[in-house]
Formats: sequence, C-alpha cells, structure tokens
Amino acid sequence: MIRKNTETDVTMENIKPININERISRQVPLVAYTLLILLPLTLVFFASFKTLKQLYNDPLGIPEKWSILNYIRLFANENMLIYFKNSFFVTFTSVFFILLLGSMISYAIIRMPNVVGNILFGFVTLGMMVPTQVKMIPTYVLLSDLNLLNKHSGLILVTIATLIPICVFILTGFMKTLPKGLLEAAMIDGASHWQVYSKIVIPLSLPAIASTAIFSFVITWNDLLHPLLFIKSSSLKTLPLALLQFQGEYLTDYPMIFAGVVAASIPMIIIYIFFQRWFIQGMTAGSMKG
Amino acid sequence: MKKYKALSFFILPGIIFYILFFIFPTISALGLSFTDWNGLSPDYNFVGFKNYKLLLTDDPIFIKSVSNNLKYMFSVVVFQTLISLVFAILLAKNTKLNVFYRAVLFLPTIISSVSVAFVWIFVYEPSIGSLNAVLSALGLDFLIKSWLGDKNIAIYSLAFVQVWAHAGQVMIIFIAGLHAIPKSLYEVARIEGATKWQTFRNVTWPLLAPSATIVIAYTTLQSFKAFDLILATTDGGPSYATEILSLFLYHEAFNNFKFGYSSAIAVVFMLIIAVITIVQFRLLKSNKVNY
Repeated sequence: MIRKNTETDVTMENIKPININERISRQVPLVAYTLLILLPLTLVFFASFKTLKQLYNDPLGIPEKWSILNYIRLFANENMLIYFKNSFFVTFTSVFFILLLGSMISYAIIRMPNVVGNILFGFVTLGMMVPTQVKMIPTYVLLSDLNLLNKHSGLILVTIATLIPICVFILTGFMKTLPKGLLEAAMIDGASHWQVYSKIVIPLSLPAIASTAIFSFVITWNDLLHPLLFIKSSSLKTLPLALLQFQGEYLTDYPMIFAGVVAASIPMIIIYIFFQRWFIQGMTAGSMKG
Repeated sequence: MKKYKALSFFILPGIIFYILFFIFPTISALGLSFTDWNGLSPDYNFVGFKNYKLLLTDDPIFIKSVSNNLKYMFSVVVFQTLISLVFAILLAKNTKLNVFYRAVLFLPTIISSVSVAFVWIFVYEPSIGSLNAVLSALGLDFLIKSWLGDKNIAIYSLAFVQVWAHAGQVMIIFIAGLHAIPKSLYEVARIEGATKWQTFRNVTWPLLAPSATIVIAYTTLQSFKAFDLILATTDGGPSYATEILSLFLYHEAFNNFKFGYSSAIAVVFMLIIAVITIVQFRLLKSNKVNY
C-alpha cells in the first residue's frame, strides 16, 4: 500500500515548485491535527499518574508528583495480569485458526474449476455483509445450547467463524495472482495438494498472510461485543471487557480507570511503533473489502 | 474429478465452522423474529408478523434509533471523507515527515473502542474536561456544554469521536488511490497551464473516484454498525438521544429479555444495511471515468 516508490508518487506539488509560505501553511493543519490526536491521549496518560484530588485540582497539567499507586492497585486488586493472559490466549488462538482455516479455503478456491470456486468464494464472503450484532442473539443461544457460554473456547469458536470471510477475501485475492503454471507443474511432479499448499502457496503468500494476521489480531484483541455477550466470570474476561466494567466499579475515579486504559493500550502501541508499516497495510487490506 | 475431491479436505474444516457459527445463527435470527421468546423459558409461541408490526408501527424508540443512526452516519460520512481526503492530499508524498504524520493519524485505529471511549469521556467531561477548559481559556464560555449529557448534541459529539478514531484509517485508502494516478496526466495538465484547482477538479478528483467509492462505502457501513464506542460512553443515553439500532437490539435482548422482538430488530437492521449498500453501489458506480 505505502511503497517507497517515487515513480508513481504524485501530488500537486510535483507540478510547480512551491514557495516557503506555502510549505509553512501546509504544516499548520498537519500540526493541528497531530495535536488533536495526541493531546487527548497524553492527558489520559498524565491523569493516570495523579490521585483523584490532584486530578480535580489540576485536570490538564503534568502531574506534580508521579504516583504509581493506580498501577499498583490495578495489578494488585484488579487481576490485570489475568486479563492480559486471557486476551493473549483468546487472540492468538483465534488468529492462528482464522489463518489456517481461511488459507485452506482460499487455496481450494483457486485450485477448483472457476465456476465452483466463484460460488464457494461468494458463499464464504457473503458473511462480510452481515453485521455481528445481527447474529448475536442466535449465537448466544447456540453457545448456551452447546454449553460453551462463559468459556474461552466458545468465544474463540465464534471469533474464528466471524473473521473467516474477510480472511478468505484477502487471501483468495492474493493467491489468484500466483503463477498457476508453477502450482500445476508441482502437481505433475507428484506433489500432493497439501505439499503444494504448505511448501509453495503459503510461503509465497506471506505478505498477504501477514496483513490478514495483523488485521485479525487488532480486531480480536480490541473486540468488546463477543466477550460482553459470552463471558461472565471475572477470571475469564479479556482486556476491553474488564475495562468496560471498571467504569461501573470506579465510577468517577478517573485516574484508576485511566491507569487501566494506559496499561491495556501500551503493548499495542509499542508493537504499532515498531511495525507500523505492517499495521497500516494490514488494517487497510481489511477495510478495502468494498 | 478425483483431483478435486482432495480439495474438500481444505474446505470442510473452515466451512463447517462458518456454517455452524455464522450462517446458521444468521438464519435463525429470522426464525426467532417470528416468536415471542424471552430467552429464558424453555418454550415460546409462534406469533407471525406481530413483532414486525409492533416495531414498525408502534415503537417510538425504534424510530428514534433509526433517526440517530442516520444523523450519526451522515455526519461521520461527510466529515470523515472530507478530512481523510484533505490529509491524504497533504501527505501523499512519501517523505520521512509525511510517513510520521500518517502513522500518528492512523494511531487511534489500533486502540480499542473502549479505551477511545474513556479518553473522550474525559475530554468531554463538563467540569474537569479539557474541551470546556480550552473553550473557557479562549473566552468562548458561551460554547461550554455538557457534550455527552445534552440530548441535542450528544450524538454529534460521538460522531466526532468516530471520525477522530477512523479518519486516519481511510486516509490510507485515498493515499493508495493518489499513488495510482499516472504521473503523465499531471504533466499534461502542467503543459496545458492548468491551475491547481483545475488539475484537482479534472485529474485528481475523477481518478480518485474509485478510492472515494471504497471510502464512502466503508465509512457508511462502519458508522451504521457502530456499537462499542457508544455502549462505553453513553450507553444510548441521555433519554435515548444516542440509542442506535445495534444498541437498541442489544438492550431489548439482554436487558429486557425480549429475544423474539430483538431478533425482529436484527432482521430489519440487516435489511436497512442491505438497502443502503445496494443504493450506494448504484449511485457510486455511475461515477467511473476512463482516460
């Protein structure tokens, strides 16, 4: 998506040389918008190191004394570590199976006769049209019937099914661009479908798989609706659900809630800083489904 | 034929998941919508179209939710498209500084909606919130409001947060679109002495139409399906001023235990989305140009 490619890199300022004034006036909206993004986040970061009294006296300033009391309470009283562990487990398990099952379907689609492949592709990607909220009641009933409510396994199963359509959409699009002759030749040499899939198609599709992995990772890690519906026990909650319930527990104890927000967001932000190009690519691949 | 049989091994595991946990629930929403089930008792009655009749003719909260959905959707689509387009044009060039700006603008996309909700609850807070503090410092005290508590503006305050969180995401689609425009067209425009505005109007804009289609379609659906952000900030309040369909159906099911009625809302919700998608597809498709 964002290539270092000056050949096709076109904007209007390629056309006429621009003067200094214009260069400065371009920075004004950019700096203003950057502040609009970063200031609210910074305020929350500062607030998480204040006591409630400090916050009411000085809601916006840099904390006079940086108190880590909220963070201590967070990890001592609030099982924050368990929420992290739950989020990690649910997210990684889901993403692994989404990629495995999704890539297998995509492989089958590109190897089948066009008509059958297209029908299968249409059937699977139809799911992208259905908002999660539409199926939430029947899914809840289904998990209850299968005795999978309030279990990570139930949450994971539904998450996998929800994200398979978009995964198949992205991966099939990419796999279609692989040279067909190469796959055919391997088959003629006696390779099985499984070998072609695992030794040729998967390695060649790594960029698309990485995009899909990141997209599914961000969606699952941040998902609120499914945990909210299915998880009741405190010891099984994922981070977004735990945060939501802080709100009821701490009401206007903002510093405590914000310590939760910061602790829950920091890992993602750090990963983002290192892999931002991949994040931007992956999230965009997910939204280009139109 | 044998060659293709082996492929069923690749299809079946995923498809079984998909049918059991996706297709089947979606279809059973339709079935449940014709019942009076409360979600708890073991039996329920078939009530025909009663739920739909009640919903469409005699439920003021349904009307309120649809109108909130539309307000939210239109404000988000208009502002998110404009803002992302402007910043895409400003940041299209791949300089180091621009890559940094893009990363900052994109940042809120990866933060969970619950965290975003808390950040903005704090900004909008009437007494210690930074927005009112800034307005007061600028001498604009008459603008000071309870941003999430005033039922006339709460839905727009939330629409603003949605744009804040996702404009950077769709901006990337526009930037990809800008990079796909052949450079030669700009050279022709320059040789012919076109002004900046003319170049934008006649080269950039028409060739950006496919990207705009994607951005608008994506933003429309994204804003229509909003849920987490509103649940975590206002939960539909004050007095249903921010109740939208997705929340309404959640409340009816899990607060009021009307599973049958709520399924009817889900089906109507799905139909509205289908209609919007089709209308938009028609409107935007006529928008294509060739050079």
